[in-house]
Amino acid sequence: MKITESQVRYVADLANLKLTDDEIGRLSKDLDEILTHIDTLNEIDTSNVEPMAQVLFDADESGTLREDRERPTLGNEAALANAPQPGAGYYKVPKVIER
Amino acid sequence: MSARVAGVASLTMDQVRQGLASHEFSAVELAQSALEFAQQENPKTNAYLQFSPERALAAAERVDKKLAAGEDPGPLAGVPVAVKDVIVTKGVRTTCGSRLLERYIPPYDATAVTRLEQAGGIIIGKTNCDEFAMGSSNENSAYGPVRNPLALDRVPGGSSGGSAAAVAQGTAVVALGSDTGGSVRQPASFCGVVGVTPTYGRVSRYGLVAFASSLDHIGPFGRTVRDAALLLETIAGRDEMDSTSAFAPVSSYVAQLDAKVAGMKIGLPREYFEGLSSESGDLIHKGIDVLRKLGCEPREISLPATKYAVPCYYIIATAEASSNLARYDGVRYTMRCDGETLSAMYRATRGAGFGAECKRRIMLGTYVLSHGYYDAYYLKAQKVRALIAEDFRRAFAEVDAIVTPVSPFPAFKLGEKLDDPLEMYLSDIYTITGDLAGIPCMSVPCGKTAAGLPVGMQILTKHFDETGMFRLADAFEKAGGFAG
Repeated sequence: MKITESQVRYVADLANLKLTDDEIGRLSKDLDEILTHIDTLNEIDTSNVEPMAQVLFDADESGTLREDRERPTLGNEAALANAPQPGAGYYKVPKVIER
Repeated sequence: MSARVAGVASLTMDQVRQGLASHEFSAVELAQSALEFAQQENPKTNAYLQFSPERALAAAERVDKKLAAGEDPGPLAGVPVAVKDVIVTKGVRTTCGSRLLERYIPPYDATAVTRLEQAGGIIIGKTNCDEFAMGSSNENSAYGPVRNPLALDRVPGGSSGGSAAAVAQGTAVVALGSDTGGSVRQPASFCGVVGVTPTYGRVSRYGLVAFASSLDHIGPFGRTVRDAALLLETIAGRDEMDSTSAFAPVSSYVAQLDAKVAGMKIGLPREYFEGLSSESGDLIHKGIDVLRKLGCEPREISLPATKYAVPCYYIIATAEASSNLARYDGVRYTMRCDGETLSAMYRATRGAGFGAECKRRIMLGTYVLSHGYYDAYYLKAQKVRALIAEDFRRAFAEVDAIVTPVSPFPAFKLGEKLDDPLEMYLSDIYTITGDLAGIPCMSVPCGKTAAGLPVGMQILTKHFDETGMFRLADAFEKAGGFAG
């Protein structure tokens, strides 16, 4: 086994996903199979290989710097238009800090 | 309502231009006809999630005004375009195929959308796709699967299945899709149309909802190579709003289509021809014969890291996705499920909002990035990715283009592979390498199986050599009789 059900529950917590017991069972099986397949990467020696962190970069180092000029922003109303619970120009969320 | 424009389902961009110039139809008449036809056909395939008649007619009116004033209406003037629903459109609902964004109305336009409209293009609607572009069959959409217009019991491929189906069905002349691991080329091959993944960074991703940022591309679909090339050159080029967009100048791909292909050296990587279904393989080999007759010089090459591409891709893509999809937490994007605490609200919203495939990938991505596993998985995958890119670099020192199949098999039946995620992932083998290396690649129709299912041939070239790729594809399309 590459991954146990309790590990799957732990990862679901990290990922902020509420899953049903059925989903946990199914994911344990799927992830185990996929991780087993992923193990084939261990066959290949990469000890002298630099990781590919940039896919492509075709400008000099300062090439992506742009002029610092003022531009109109979205505006509060447009930015909040898709919020499930806007209030007084902010996003409302369940209480985080106890009084 | 005016009479429907004749032959709306098979128009090419050239025919649209001629029709407008000769006053055979106006842009508004064409937009109305295209919308009416698309709405009438949609119940068959479910290719569109949303139509945008107001926006389409307003854009068409602008084209007609310019034409009346004797101004240049732009290279895409009047052309009906479908846009994949992971590309944001201001004021037009954009769902990404997800329940989570059922009511999301973007407050801005993607740069590709802005550019195609500035060129006179008419966006008639948003197309169905796998949820957040995750899938190879379009069965992962929260709004139901898309059916392949050429065989309604089969999938159109994914994740840009709706865009491929719309172009194949003729409800749009061209379409935009997105490709992270084959999501443009594989549905193009399944639906018998042209689909292009340009060089990484060639098209701005501003307004493309992020899946895996080191792999995501916007790419065009067309019924001909010429149409796909024209759409790409219209939307390509540096964009200040996307710092990863490339500075390299965009040449006119269309203007260089007719240059000769005789003498082009074509690499056939042996790793891509093992394990191919016999019928698809036969068609690709016939296609290679067509290239040979054109004077191209095919030769066998080797891309030895190919067998590691699937595991490499599914580490990098899911790791990046788990991070990108963290933003759907019930605070900013329309859907929220109640919870006592902030954390319970996040969990409930995400648990209810994401479909099974998204959850699977978020879980895998979170796992490979979690404490203690980074070196073993993500770092290892980035190193293997370097080897895959190096394989291509070495190959392109010897050959001008590489030709391979797009998919091991043609379009499969709905539901056929849904229960085996690993098998579905493995079917991406021929398309993910191009995304990992960041090179341009495309699918061009290469005939049909005995059952009438299209098969696509993939052409890959080196970074920014879209010109060579399109030229070869155009010559192949004409010689093989596969055009439109």
